[in-house]
Amino acid sequence: MSDVTVQDTVPAAAPAAIEAPADRVRRLRVGGLMLVFALIGLGLAIFTKGGEATFQLVSGDLQNNLLGLPAQPVALLLGALGVLAAVAYVLRRVPQKYSGWLAIVLGVCFIGAFLCWAAAGKTFPLANQFQGTLNFATPLILGALAGVLCERAGVINIAIEGQFLVGAFTAAVVASTTGSAVAALIAAAVSGVLMALLLAVFSIKYLVNQVVLGVVLVVFATGITGFLFDQFLQEDAAKLNTPDVLSAVKIPGLGDIPFIGPILFNQTALVYLTYIAVAVVTFVLFQTRWGLRVRAVGEHPKAADTVGIRVKRVRYSAVLWAGVLAGLGGAFFTVGYAGSFTKEMTAGNGFIALAALIMGRWHPIGAMVAALFFGFATQLQSQLQIIQTPIPGELLLMAPYLATIIAVAGLVGRVRAPKADGEPYVTE
Amino acid sequence: MSTATATPPVAKPERSGLPSWAIQGLVSVSAIVLALLVGAILIIVGDDEVNAAVKYFGAAPMDTISAAFSAVGEAYQALAVGAIGGITPISESLTQATPLICGGLAVSLAFRTGLFNIGAQGQLIMGAILAGYVGFAWHLPPVLHLIVAIVAGLIGGAIWGGMVGLLKARTGAHEVIVTIMLNYVAIYLLQWLLTTSTFQRPGRADPISPIVDANAQYPQFGDTRLHVGFLLALVAAVFVWWLLNKSTIGFELRAVGANADASKTAGMSVGRAYVVAMVVAGALAGLAGTQQVLGTDLPLTDGVAASVGFDAITVALLGRGTPLGTVLAGLLFGALNAGGLQMQLITQTPLTLTTVLQATIVLFVAAPALVRSIFRFLPKDRGAGAILAKGWNG
Amino acid sequence: MHLELSGLTKSFGSLVANDHIDLVIEPGEIHCLLGENGAGKSTLMNMLYGLLQPDSGEIVIDGRKVTITSPSDAIKHGIGMVHQHFMLVPVFTVAENIMLGRENTHPGGVLDRKKANALVSELSERYGFEVDPEALVEDIPVGVQQRVEIIKALTNDASVLILDEPTAVLTPAEIDELIAVMRQLKENGTSIVFITHKLKEVKAIADKITVIRRGKVVGQAEPSATEEQLAELMVGRAVDLVVDKEPAQPQDAVLQVTGLTVIDERGFTAVDNVDLEVRAGEILAVAGVQGNGQTELAEALLGLTPIAAGSIKLSGAELTGKSTRHRLDAGIGYVPEDRGHDGFVGSFTVAENLVLDLFRKAPFGNGLALNTDEIDKNAHARVEEFDIRTQGIDLTVSSLSGGNQQKVVLARELSRPLKLLVASQPTRGVDVGSIEFLHGRIVRERDQGTAVLIVSTELDEIAALADRVAVMYRGKVVGVVPADTPRDELGLMMAGASKTEAHDVAIENPTTLGTI
Repeated sequence: MSDVTVQDTVPAAAPAAIEAPADRVRRLRVGGLMLVFALIGLGLAIFTKGGEATFQLVSGDLQNNLLGLPAQPVALLLGALGVLAAVAYVLRRVPQKYSGWLAIVLGVCFIGAFLCWAAAGKTFPLANQFQGTLNFATPLILGALAGVLCERAGVINIAIEGQFLVGAFTAAVVASTTGSAVAALIAAAVSGVLMALLLAVFSIKYLVNQVVLGVVLVVFATGITGFLFDQFLQEDAAKLNTPDVLSAVKIPGLGDIPFIGPILFNQTALVYLTYIAVAVVTFVLFQTRWGLRVRAVGEHPKAADTVGIRVKRVRYSAVLWAGVLAGLGGAFFTVGYAGSFTKEMTAGNGFIALAALIMGRWHPIGAMVAALFFGFATQLQSQLQIIQTPIPGELLLMAPYLATIIAVAGLVGRVRAPKADGEPYVTE
Repeated sequence: MSTATATPPVAKPERSGLPSWAIQGLVSVSAIVLALLVGAILIIVGDDEVNAAVKYFGAAPMDTISAAFSAVGEAYQALAVGAIGGITPISESLTQATPLICGGLAVSLAFRTGLFNIGAQGQLIMGAILAGYVGFAWHLPPVLHLIVAIVAGLIGGAIWGGMVGLLKARTGAHEVIVTIMLNYVAIYLLQWLLTTSTFQRPGRADPISPIVDANAQYPQFGDTRLHVGFLLALVAAVFVWWLLNKSTIGFELRAVGANADASKTAGMSVGRAYVVAMVVAGALAGLAGTQQVLGTDLPLTDGVAASVGFDAITVALLGRGTPLGTVLAGLLFGALNAGGLQMQLITQTPLTLTTVLQATIVLFVAAPALVRSIFRFLPKDRGAGAILAKGWNG
Repeated sequence: MHLELSGLTKSFGSLVANDHIDLVIEPGEIHCLLGENGAGKSTLMNMLYGLLQPDSGEIVIDGRKVTITSPSDAIKHGIGMVHQHFMLVPVFTVAENIMLGRENTHPGGVLDRKKANALVSELSERYGFEVDPEALVEDIPVGVQQRVEIIKALTNDASVLILDEPTAVLTPAEIDELIAVMRQLKENGTSIVFITHKLKEVKAIADKITVIRRGKVVGQAEPSATEEQLAELMVGRAVDLVVDKEPAQPQDAVLQVTGLTVIDERGFTAVDNVDLEVRAGEILAVAGVQGNGQTELAEALLGLTPIAAGSIKLSGAELTGKSTRHRLDAGIGYVPEDRGHDGFVGSFTVAENLVLDLFRKAPFGNGLALNTDEIDKNAHARVEEFDIRTQGIDLTVSSLSGGNQQKVVLARELSRPLKLLVASQPTRGVDVGSIEFLHGRIVRERDQGTAVLIVSTELDEIAALADRVAVMYRGKVVGVVPADTPRDELGLMMAGASKTEAHDVAIENPTTLGTI
């Protein structure tokens, strides 16, 4: 054995002093977009009417608990702050690690300035806004969590929309026939698992391309729920399609916190289940044996195989558990919100959930934040119609989709899917 | 698994038995049979007479069985008659097939370039918006008006598709996500436009445009709804075949689709290939949009695309990404749609059954191993590659 | 543990990868499995490790017949394996990788990370590895990744350890350390199966040598056998280990690289201020351990990776900022490092692949349509000229053997007039017959006056081809030396020593492989 004095390992290359060309391009691109948004925000502020913007802090209460702000000064302040954040980003004035915060600051400022502009001289129901955000976000969060579980295990799930539809349908029918909310939720979860089983068997066993499969499963779910609806539910709506909507349960203590109490802690069981699901999925994925194995089969299935992990079994379990979440997410559309089932009632929410999961970078918390943002945009659309702004509602409805395109175009940092996501595991 | 370069070496290909296309044909036929069986179960479950007979199944089981057979028989007979039972049904099937073929080609072409175009729906809508606008808002001489309207539709689709290619080429944004999102952007755009005075028909409160000028309408064959757009669909298929197999551009597209890294190393511009493929694909979907608005529907409504853009994906999958296969698959699905309407009319079997049939057919076609495990006589197809088994990172 | 394989057979389609293989591994021996690429060594070991199922034959451990249907069976029977392509999850920490599959948990399946960290520390101390249990695997060098792989196998109490081509990523000094670890394991009673196609390693390490050729065991050999004898046994005929070539007659500089710097995607400097010159009629070989910037250097020359600074000139014309296509047209031929990934389109036919970068121009294309007749004619000619073994030009390239695939790539690149040939790992994973052919063609191209730049991690290949050798370490060229520089000196330079430093140290500290 030689005791050589030179370095005896091949080291990782030293960090560069120069910014990588790709990073530079990304910084300028992101920065440019941020500047555009910042200037729009500032522009809105400049055109904000005088007078007060009033924000209603308790739902339905038009007399008390109002927050009046001088619309234009506040808007201008926020607009200027946004421009500052954007400029700081473009000029690299903050360490790389914190540059993401600048985008968040800009986002908050932009939304704030926008609200001041929209609500100047009017009353904006802020409590309703947040209440509605949570409502719209609940199924999105559940769907996105389902996607996180599947995709962390290496199975692309584009079929969330299909799972939603089937879950919504089942929950409506079971709630109508049994009158039991618990039975409805369980049945919805089971139906989600059945759809997940199709996804699992065809992708894991029959190696069907998972994007193809997802699309086809959505068509299949649309067809089957549509067929059953036409054939049975329409004929006998009274018996089969009149579910009770889950009632809100106020959590003692927490529900009395001013402003956020009624929003967060006076909700239906399904919403509370969603809170729990976010926490549980995060913990399980990153702190438990099963989670470690799920992530391993999603990143490098062969490595997992060589240490004795049954790759396919782990993938099955992840996809099926995800089915529970997606089925519950579907239940929200009927028993959690609208009541009776109608054809194609999930209206693309499954795809927004998919978008949330990608914007949240395959992380449960990130997915939740993205889902809340999408819920916010959707709710804002209906609020703005009520207070009558010149912005067409359709354009706001586009917001989640446009935001997702911006996100996957690499404008919100590098998005990286699990390495083996979408690749079936084949052994000889 | 993408690694494994050296070992194990692949065996000499066995050149025995049926050629690949024949096996694929057999698998497709088997898939259709299986799907019809699944559909039969749904028909039986939903049939009132069967449900009545099943109540005394123990006493007279044959009643249930014969009721089931007659329910399925009647429904499928109505389906078949509605699809191919005479000139009118056939023309109706071809009318339904027309946009499916063009949309399917839009998906197939992108497919061969390694792109998953889920966005035919949005591209079709954009094509329909522009073609429809030119159709009802402009007033030009015959022939010219139609041509200008078609070109407008092609441009609309091409822009919507090209954006996807451009984003993919420039930023690496995954086309599946972008196309899904752009579908929704397109439909909301259409809904919004139909509330504006430029698009909304005067005197109407619902989202509907004026009827396109007669000069801008596709000429129809006799009294049928079938129009010249069908011939354009066939021309488009031939064009795509030539482009993919006989042109240098197609060589590049296929090379990029099969191995983008090797194509880049061989000096091809992968980004340009993506843009070209998506522009052409978008134009094809836009053509489907013109067929809807200038041939079948005539006013522009927010339902102009129906589910054509999504059905196009299943058509392309069934057609395995080849132009001929796409035409055949488009004809089949067109016939199913036309027949389904008759079936709904005659036996009250919901039209949604055809959606289930289509999804099931494609599901089986995509899983030949499953079909083989049911129909054991089917030979194994060694030449068949999995359709683009790529993930988000691919 | 006494391990016996008898009559193991495995076929893929009509190809018999392993044909009735018998092999006995005694406890505490280092057993080398020698065979050229594609001989069936990995297939055999993958069957032993449960990744492949044998068609027939049996595995006997300590006199008891066992069936191994999965890696977990193999682990249970005390078999561990260090794979050629590491089986590590890059985004996991070292500790996570090591506990994967055998996790210590608190109640409820919650991971006990403390215990895992302690285990890693303990084992790395015992074998003198320096491994940080909290480091992400993607952030540590390949040499350390290999140690993680070894620790992983050891934590499963392996009594037979399979090492599949473990030296490809190591410098000679690191190989010596690996040998020391293997000896230590052997003393503890662990048997080691060492898979390789490199003759020098076999002689330095083995207690016993089994040679495999075309899926069959063709004989045993003693470590005292000469390299020529081993080579003949491995290939089945006398092999000329030295390429016939005249001394180079270098002319004007064709490629001039100055100050070239490449920053990779993660912001690391992959190529650091490199100056190089390659002249017409000479072969410059770039030596270095995998991952020291050679790949990025070659890609930068072709414009496949953006450069941060510097200049690349071909016959005096600046190439910086030009497209790959422009550079190919300007007369650069390129054989990429990973041919299956970058060199050809597997699902395209042989004929199509032979015009992959030529199809646009006459006679193969007229700018719009392809001329399939000319493409076929070209294919027949190239298949003939390069002795490409295929049943037809309309078969896909993925159905060919590695050697023939490489011939397709080289045939295509040499079928147009070149000023510069850049070939990365031109014979990786290729059988000896094809290696001889490919080397011969590269030398012939040099003799026709083409400047040739070879990137190789194999010192044997460097010795066979090079007229001059540039050694790269951490993105820098640490020195350009003559082709006859001793192996130990090259090895030290590959670990970062300067030319003079390497010369002095090499004399005082000969390595095992360097002295054979």
